[in-house]
Amino acid sequence: MNDSGRTLTFNIFRYDPQLPGDQPRMQRYQLEETDGMTLFIALTRLREEQDPSLKFDFVCRAGICGSCAMVINGLPTLACRTLTTTSQSGEFNLHPLPAFALIGDLSVDTGKFMREMTERIEGWIHADEDGDIHSLEQRMEPELATAIYELDRCIECGCCVAACATRQMRAGFLSPVGFMKLGRFHLDPRDTRTDADYYEVLGNEDGVFGCMSLLGCQDNCPKNLPHQVQIAYLRRKMLQA
Amino acid sequence: MKIIYTDSLVIGGGLAGLRIAIASRQRGLDTLVLSLIPAKRSHSAAAQGGMQASLASSSKGKEDNEDVHFADTVKGSDWGCDQKVARMFCHVAPKAVRELAQWGVPWNRVKQGDRKAIVNARTVTISERAEDHGLITARDFGGTRKWRTCYTSDGTGHSMLYAMDNKAISLEIPVHERKQAIALIHHDNRCYGAVVRDMVSGELMAYVAKATTVATGGFGRIYAITTNALICDGVGTAIALETGVAPLANMEAVQFHPTAIVPAGILTTEGCRGDGGVLRDVDGHRFMPEYEPDKAELASRDVVSRCMTEHMRKGKGVPSPYGDHLWLDITILGREHIEKNLREVKEICDAFLGIDPAVDYIPVRPTQHYSMGGIRTDHRGESTHLKGLFAAGEAACWDLHGFNRLGGNSVAETVVAGMIVGEYVADFCQQQSLNIDSRVIESFIDTERGRIDTLLGRKSGENCFQLRGEMCSIMTRKVGIFRNGKDLQEAVDELTDLLRRSRDIALRHRVSHANPELELAIALPKMLKLALCAARGALARTESRGAHSREDYPERNDHEWLKRSLYFLRDDEIVLDYEPLDVMSMELPPGFRGYGADLTSHHPDTPARGAEIERQLETLDADSDRFTRQQALMPFEIPEKYQPRNHRSGVEDA
Repeated sequence: MNDSGRTLTFNIFRYDPQLPGDQPRMQRYQLEETDGMTLFIALTRLREEQDPSLKFDFVCRAGICGSCAMVINGLPTLACRTLTTTSQSGEFNLHPLPAFALIGDLSVDTGKFMREMTERIEGWIHADEDGDIHSLEQRMEPELATAIYELDRCIECGCCVAACATRQMRAGFLSPVGFMKLGRFHLDPRDTRTDADYYEVLGNEDGVFGCMSLLGCQDNCPKNLPHQVQIAYLRRKMLQA
Repeated sequence: MKIIYTDSLVIGGGLAGLRIAIASRQRGLDTLVLSLIPAKRSHSAAAQGGMQASLASSSKGKEDNEDVHFADTVKGSDWGCDQKVARMFCHVAPKAVRELAQWGVPWNRVKQGDRKAIVNARTVTISERAEDHGLITARDFGGTRKWRTCYTSDGTGHSMLYAMDNKAISLEIPVHERKQAIALIHHDNRCYGAVVRDMVSGELMAYVAKATTVATGGFGRIYAITTNALICDGVGTAIALETGVAPLANMEAVQFHPTAIVPAGILTTEGCRGDGGVLRDVDGHRFMPEYEPDKAELASRDVVSRCMTEHMRKGKGVPSPYGDHLWLDITILGREHIEKNLREVKEICDAFLGIDPAVDYIPVRPTQHYSMGGIRTDHRGESTHLKGLFAAGEAACWDLHGFNRLGGNSVAETVVAGMIVGEYVADFCQQQSLNIDSRVIESFIDTERGRIDTLLGRKSGENCFQLRGEMCSIMTRKVGIFRNGKDLQEAVDELTDLLRRSRDIALRHRVSHANPELELAIALPKMLKLALCAARGALARTESRGAHSREDYPERNDHEWLKRSLYFLRDDEIVLDYEPLDVMSMELPPGFRGYGADLTSHHPDTPARGAEIERQLETLDADSDRFTRQQALMPFEIPEKYQPRNHRSGVEDA
């Protein structure tokens, strides 16, 4: 099974904030590489075989649920679909995502952040009333449906938040994930909000005008969402609003 | 003692659970959702290909309606399902799609004019009418007579779950994340809520409610290789069993999906084959038409999985370090189609296999995918034995799927059951008051605290990771696609021994707060009970029906086995019982599914029911419509708000 014969090294951030006296530190582990090994497989084996106290979050392990984002060799990305073969040295430095509350080791609380973000931007379809569900649905151009889905693909993994320099400096900054959501609802004709409504959440320095355009979001989005285009688009719209 | 009160407690934040909470809130009730994880990360998000609903807007879906969907579902279930439930479901599915459209799902739409498509490995031209332009379209899936599966590319579950959770947030429904229900609180055959462990702080608390709904999904993680997410460990199902009151049902009915990638076990959607992809063997030969000349790759899932296994047994598999596999070929669909309609599949191939599916074949094999069984409920979603306990979605045996579920019917079930059961949950909450002695609540918390303290105190004993590994290996090897009495007996014996050993688990990391080892130690005995139910049920059921395939009993035996398996936990022992299916009340009496040779041994009532149906139809006016005919044969109940008929483009009968 093991073609490479490599021994991988993992330097993992360890800290249990609930354990009295515990201090943040890096801990080193080693593991034989196997064929097709991902960081999901490697970390699971480390927990089961070497250290049951290791905390990290995997759910789908297929790159679709967004649970396992962490900082891998300095860059935020999804651990489940990071193949160990992507490291030539065979060494991985693993840290939890910054900008989120730490639960322990590599596990962070993205849920609270994302829920608050959705509440803040009212990230749902605003319709005057719930319509009839027995009759033909409102029509939509096929190309528009596809375009909305393109922006709807965000999995709220938090990589863009962790990669955002503005967010690191200003805790109230809405963050790229919020812009992506707003772009998605702005494009959707089923949402009755006007540009003026959007301006209220976007048109300030905690909104789209606060962005320093360093575009860590664009570079690190695991779903390759068009953050750069969205931010530019929202700015233009907000200038007109 | 921390106690949180609500009207409608929902355990599980996937599509079914969220929809039930929404129904409760819309009826003015207090509700809250417990979830292991943020709701948007639930396994519902993994549904790729789409949900079935007979909208009949696209040309390949014309003449589809509730009747056709119903017949496909009943046949797919190998006549194991509850036909009244199937009727309720087929009637509400179009409404669910339309409701989700209003809540933001960007369903793919019909585009007027001609387009090229691949059907049965040939290029055909499909023409859409101008009057259908912009309506919700559908793709083909296995085991269906019409193109009925509504979709958003191959991220349908994701879009549905996001729309649903956003709707729940707009209604200010609280989701208590990183909370696990580890026991149900019950007294005198009435459920009152759950004992819940905070997975961060370790705190134990009680959530007390008028109605408690379990919507925790399936239990695929009792298998070594499964498409299921890691959270699909079945604990929600098991705590119902552990009440000793509520039964589970049909736990031996386990679905294996034909196309999960090797070795990771990650799903590639049935939409790959629905859109025209084919299966190939080690020689690059398309083999499915030899087994199923008519439906080929689009036979029902259980059938395709068995044919693939048989073909590999003949030495036609592709050898790999992880065992044999076959090829899924979607190269014939072309890059443009793949990058638009199968983009998650493309990402999965790229990330986990390092291949480009527009150029390369995908290595696949049948893999555990879905649990047809679960908490037995009536058609209202309430436990048949424990009042106040409801279940919906994959956690329930409602029983829409019988012994084999059609692709596209599970994500549909989550939202449709959420709508229907949600109304009955709300009715229950409005009709019932909450009277419970706090000493009952306390005693349930004390029991769970005692168990956890014992775990944390034990210095030496069994390793829970190792025990889990053994359980998963037994299930995969001995309770798989093809089953036989010898293997199943061994599985039962070995799982019984593992369950005994699981009472002696010792932790290496003994802290009561955030602790993955403790979480597994709590879950494992529960998982083992589910595994034992599946193995015991499979051993006892000496016939082959749907996904339950006994090599030593290849015939479907309606005469003896047209019944639902029930499992009760009594004095810590699993006790099997059976619930017969009444042929005389079926709209569609048992028949031949149309795959392979007909090996059915029929029920004595089947011919009588057939004759009675003919008689009943003869008494009706010759020009009576399909609704009248249906009502004459098998009346079914439906909550009032979902009773109106479904309109379809260019169809007058609504």
